Amino acid sequence: MSWLLDQPWSLWAIILPLAAALGAFLAPRQAPRIGMAAALAIFATVLGAILQVHGRGPQFHALGGWEAPLGIALRTDGLSLMLLAATALVGLVVSWYALGYFSGTVHGAEKREYFWPLWLFLWGACNALAVSGDLFNLYVTLELVTLASVALTALGGGAAALSAAMRYLLSGLVGSLCYLLGVALIYGAHGTVDLALLAQLVSDDGLSRAALALMVTGLLLKTALFPLHFWLPPAHSMAPAPVSALLSALVVKTSYLILLRLWFEVFPTVVTPGMGQLLGILGAGAILWGSFMALRQERLKLLVAYSTVAQLGYLFLVFPLAQGEALTGAWTGVVFFVLAHACGKAAMFLVAGTIYHTAGHDRIAYLAGAGGPLGVQVVVFALAAVTIIGLPPSGGFMAKWLLLNAAIAGGQWWYLVVMALGSLLAGAYVLRVLSWAFLDVRRTFYPTLPWTLRWPPLALSLVALLLGLLAFVPVHLVLTDAPVSAAVRLEVRP
Amino acid sequence: MSVPLLYAAGGVVLFCLGLYAIFLRVHLLRKILAANVMGSGVFMVFIALAARVPGADADPVPHAMVLTGIVVAVCFTALAVALAVRIEELSGHSRLPRKGEEGA
Repeated sequence: MSWLLDQPWSLWAIILPLAAALGAFLAPRQAPRIGMAAALAIFATVLGAILQVHGRGPQFHALGGWEAPLGIALRTDGLSLMLLAATALVGLVVSWYALGYFSGTVHGAEKREYFWPLWLFLWGACNALAVSGDLFNLYVTLELVTLASVALTALGGGAAALSAAMRYLLSGLVGSLCYLLGVALIYGAHGTVDLALLAQLVSDDGLSRAALALMVTGLLLKTALFPLHFWLPPAHSMAPAPVSALLSALVVKTSYLILLRLWFEVFPTVVTPGMGQLLGILGAGAILWGSFMALRQERLKLLVAYSTVAQLGYLFLVFPLAQGEALTGAWTGVVFFVLAHACGKAAMFLVAGTIYHTAGHDRIAYLAGAGGPLGVQVVVFALAAVTIIGLPPSGGFMAKWLLLNAAIAGGQWWYLVVMALGSLLAGAYVLRVLSWAFLDVRRTFYPTLPWTLRWPPLALSLVALLLGLLAFVPVHLVLTDAPVSAAVRLEVRP
Repeated sequence: MSVPLLYAAGGVVLFCLGLYAIFLRVHLLRKILAANVMGSGVFMVFIALAARVPGADADPVPHAMVLTGIVVAVCFTALAVALAVRIEELSGHSRLPRKGEEGA
């Protein structure tokens, strides 16, 4: 067993997808097989990394033997594991779904040839970002993630998809350049970009504040926090279904992970409660505005995309809530939210894709009386939506419960109201889809779905639904080497 | 004002000019160029900060970072130009659709 714990699993989690991406690019006909084999292997690798951190504690690698101030340090801690695990879980299921989605004549062989290398490249970049331990490496991996995501968004091919990709690319570029300027200021002041070293060096001065402001603004744009979310709904709804699922479930979380690291690890001495409240208010705005817009959409994929805008708002409640004794609770809640939302949202997008694939459109009003195989898919949609609404026993419920506790413990009751309203609105837009689908009108005939389109969304919905029951293990693991570990006390208050 | 600080300020000015143009210019090529101007501004800040200690040798690490940054910028520009060319082929004009123009 001990050799198992000695392997550099997090390195393999970067090298495997990149090598597979190269293979899929060079042998396009074999791409689905290479992709699926790689997906299984990466999943096993991430399991190895989880066992390793569980058994041995956080892992550190100095690439090429160069130590921190100069070299690139890789670090696997609880937060990295959460992103690695979410990516592996969602990635495996989405790869499985993509086998079916890109096999038909509707989505030509050409798209399949491009999908696999780009997706594996994106996977490698996400994994590299999760374990990066310095600001500049985070910048480079974030750019790789954006580059692959933009190319995947453009996979749809129409003028609308390309415009969405272009808008995504330009806003991503502005975001990352703001971030990079912040990195330049930090390097100029302290002569290092290593997160752990910076945590000791950064003090509350004008330069640190300017750098923090630039980096946070850039990352907010990349994470699509309201009102900087304008690029997200077109990009996520124009892409093919497996791509939409990956973008909404994983890609927006990568920049959020950097934001968490900056806020709680590098700049805890610089941030003030006022700044936290500002992000919290924007997050509350995102919850309400995103849910409201989701309620108004005519197309299913746009509805799911606006739901992402709303759900991202919850992630930003951590900044005002994580104070004092509520620190650990809010932080854990929001990190668990990342995992729960990734599973639920990916499942919703996969179902929307299946419906689009079968019915040839995704206009909600025309789904009236869908019945038959589509009716089953709508039930799967509802199962996935349980975690988005936040009903027990889903992962989303658990995460919201932790956030609610933090809001009560901190005496910030207005966030309770926002979260309750957000859940109500989420329930409303999900019910709107259900009510159309189960209207008793003349049923249209739809062909039977291939099994690769039927089972993956169900598998992910079930994971999202039952995640709340297993919450203790991931929550405990996430606290490994966490920036809030000073008081590891998970107290559920009535 | 020392010379490195002057260069750094110049970099920030370039950054702001690029930021202004990327939002307000309509033509896609202008937007792409604006992004490159922004990037150059950031790189200038990096290089200026490498020479921040007077008399000492310049710090080589920011130079390496700028090289990496240039590689990233080249990739992005290539992708953006490819997208812009394709958008013009498909829609006949080199700009992003305005609000309400986006079809399904």
